Amino acid sequence: MSGSRLSFIALIVLALVVTACGDTPPPSDAVSQAPGASLDVDPAPDESEDAEESEAPAPEQPSEGRLALVQDRGELICGVNGSLPGFSFLDSDGNNTGFDVDFCRAVAAAVLGDSEAVEYRALSADQRGPALQTGEVDVLIRNTTWTVSRDTQWGLFAPTTFYDGQAIMVNADLGAETLEDLEGATICVQTGTTTELNLADAFGQIGVEIDPQTFADIDPTYQAYEEGRCDAVTSDRSQLVGRRSVFENPDDHVILDAVISKEPLGPVAPLGDDEWFNVIKWVTYATIEAEELGIDSTNVEEQLESDNPVVLRLLGVTPEGTDPFESGLGLEPDWVVDVISQVGNYAEIYDRNLGPSTPFDLERGLNSLWTEGGLLYAPPYR
Amino acid sequence: MTPAPDHPHAAVPPWRDVRVLRIVAQAVALLVVAVLIGIAVRNMLMAMEARGLGFGFGFLNRSAGFEISESPIPYRPSDTYGTAFIVGLLNTLFVSVIGIVLATVLGIIVGVARLSPNWLVNKVAAGYVELMRNTPLLVQLFIIYFAIFLQLPSVGDTLAWGEGVFLNQRGVFVPGPQAQAGLVPWLALVAAGVVVAIGASRVASSRELDGRPVPGLRLAGIGVLLVLVFGGWAVTGPFAFDLPVRERFNFVGGLRLSPEFSALLFGLVIYTAAFIGEVVRGGIQAVRRGQVEAARALGLSEGQTLRLIVFPQAMRVIVPPLTSQYLNLAKNSSLAVAIGYPDLFKVGQTMANQTGQPVPVLVLIMGTYLAISLVTSLFMNIYNRRVQVLER
Repeated sequence: MSGSRLSFIALIVLALVVTACGDTPPPSDAVSQAPGASLDVDPAPDESEDAEESEAPAPEQPSEGRLALVQDRGELICGVNGSLPGFSFLDSDGNNTGFDVDFCRAVAAAVLGDSEAVEYRALSADQRGPALQTGEVDVLIRNTTWTVSRDTQWGLFAPTTFYDGQAIMVNADLGAETLEDLEGATICVQTGTTTELNLADAFGQIGVEIDPQTFADIDPTYQAYEEGRCDAVTSDRSQLVGRRSVFENPDDHVILDAVISKEPLGPVAPLGDDEWFNVIKWVTYATIEAEELGIDSTNVEEQLESDNPVVLRLLGVTPEGTDPFESGLGLEPDWVVDVISQVGNYAEIYDRNLGPSTPFDLERGLNSLWTEGGLLYAPPYR
Repeated sequence: MTPAPDHPHAAVPPWRDVRVLRIVAQAVALLVVAVLIGIAVRNMLMAMEARGLGFGFGFLNRSAGFEISESPIPYRPSDTYGTAFIVGLLNTLFVSVIGIVLATVLGIIVGVARLSPNWLVNKVAAGYVELMRNTPLLVQLFIIYFAIFLQLPSVGDTLAWGEGVFLNQRGVFVPGPQAQAGLVPWLALVAAGVVVAIGASRVASSRELDGRPVPGLRLAGIGVLLVLVFGGWAVTGPFAFDLPVRERFNFVGGLRLSPEFSALLFGLVIYTAAFIGEVVRGGIQAVRRGQVEAARALGLSEGQTLRLIVFPQAMRVIVPPLTSQYLNLAKNSSLAVAIGYPDLFKVGQTMANQTGQPVPVLVLIMGTYLAISLVTSLFMNIYNRRVQVLER
């Protein structure tokens, strides 16, 4: 009998241990509460009341915050697309390259001092929201359109890095030139995107019936279009240009001029962490400000001795006899130097990935500085 | 264990009483499981609260805003998420039910073929089963969709049979029946014809057993049925046919089987049929050899033996694993998301993404699949009980 008695006692002990472990409350701290209570129209009364009464409305992050977490870890986990030439794509050497990837590297350079200390997670359109909400990635830089529902549900949107619009790509021999020409056409689109919703809105507005064909992943979408399953495919214009460049016959496909919607693309930080959001925001602004001030990766060393106090302040150089400037971001004073020297300013990032030397050759257009008629405008760094 | 004492009625102390120990052990196990589940649920709710994800189903009344490429009921993007979910559910049920029927038919053929003494038939069936069972279903679906169905001729080169049947990579188009006023009378005539045919068949069987057969009675019954069906069609005109017509980009009108649906159905059927074939083969081999020998000794042919003696006894062994295969097919239909068929899971994914609330939507999806599976098992278990009772 001693065998079963022992197991009997072991079960009791296990039950007690397990029950004790389950009662640890989350640490409450001064970080502001996540702005999520307003999500539901009709929340189930039982669950929401229980959750609210069970503990104080304190967020669950560790009292350190994500900036300290990333610095302890020594690596930034960045959510990217992975299949979008020009924005994030694996090149022939197996390295992640692209416009969004460069901004991941900029954040890593600012926070960790090393632009290569990044782990990239490829996410589909459906996965990116939950990945950010659950904290699986530190930041999401994956050609994500800024909308109000995403701002309140997925994460906080950093300044737009790429002002885009939705467009439609059709087979050149169909001879279609406007949206009305596409009456009755089959259009391939990805699920989980603003593209899908805008397609329904835009064609519904002009009263044209189309036949949408939706796919969960980006690759089957474009493959089905190339095979002829669809007459047209729709997405952000930059994505269409990027994917067209890897088609068998890029010249057989034409992108219509019609702009269906505004698609401001930018990095997204998780909800509930102001300090981390400020870091992401100001890393983005730093690249834009650097372009405006004429600082790039080739002349950043010389600029350290500039006589422009704005430049000196941005680069973290303290003139003689003054106190150092405190940005309050929690980064090293010369973080901008790391970013610019390792990754470059906005113009360099753009030209390297989407500029005249690449197959895309996208015009800056709205993505120019405000002094040149575009929409890029960085607040003062002081 | 100490030997039993001289007086057998001495009380056994509770901690050595087997019955008490059993109850206590079960209670403790239940407690442990309940505590673990409680921790998991509490953890999830706490984390969701911290990250501002609500838990509620209010979003089902909001407007969906996205299109669904095929739907058995009329659907517009302005309909609610609830309606979209129902459309996905109907699509899943549609492909699952048809898939189950076709897979069973094909599976029985494959299973019997595996036992055939014909060397070629046997080996082909064996090769088919091994290939289908050992490759992943998702890979098979991709190959079937991209390498077979999308390689059909493009819309410009459509294959046509007559005026109404067209085949191209966008689907199979056939004339679509539209119910007319004459539908109900025609159905009544068909029902009458079926009753007459069954009645004639019953009478013929009982007369045969009595030894006074009536030749041709069965055929007469079937003849009456056919006359009523086709004659009734000509007289009442139950359906008008809507022919598919080529417009600028696509064929419009008629019934369409999309390549996504066809590829999914095809892939699910040939995959599950391999498994069902093995189940059927196992069931047939489980019937005692003596039964077959006795049947042959009585003069029954191979086909009659299989149909009247072997199969009814094999069903006892076949039905429980067959239930599992049906449930697998229903759940595997969720792979439709990879090839663009708007089933329950795909619509649910889109909803989870657009509403920003993945957890309630996932709970809803899991609950729906659970309900489908439980209903299927229920029916199969009822049938199983009927099959079991047949044994003496």
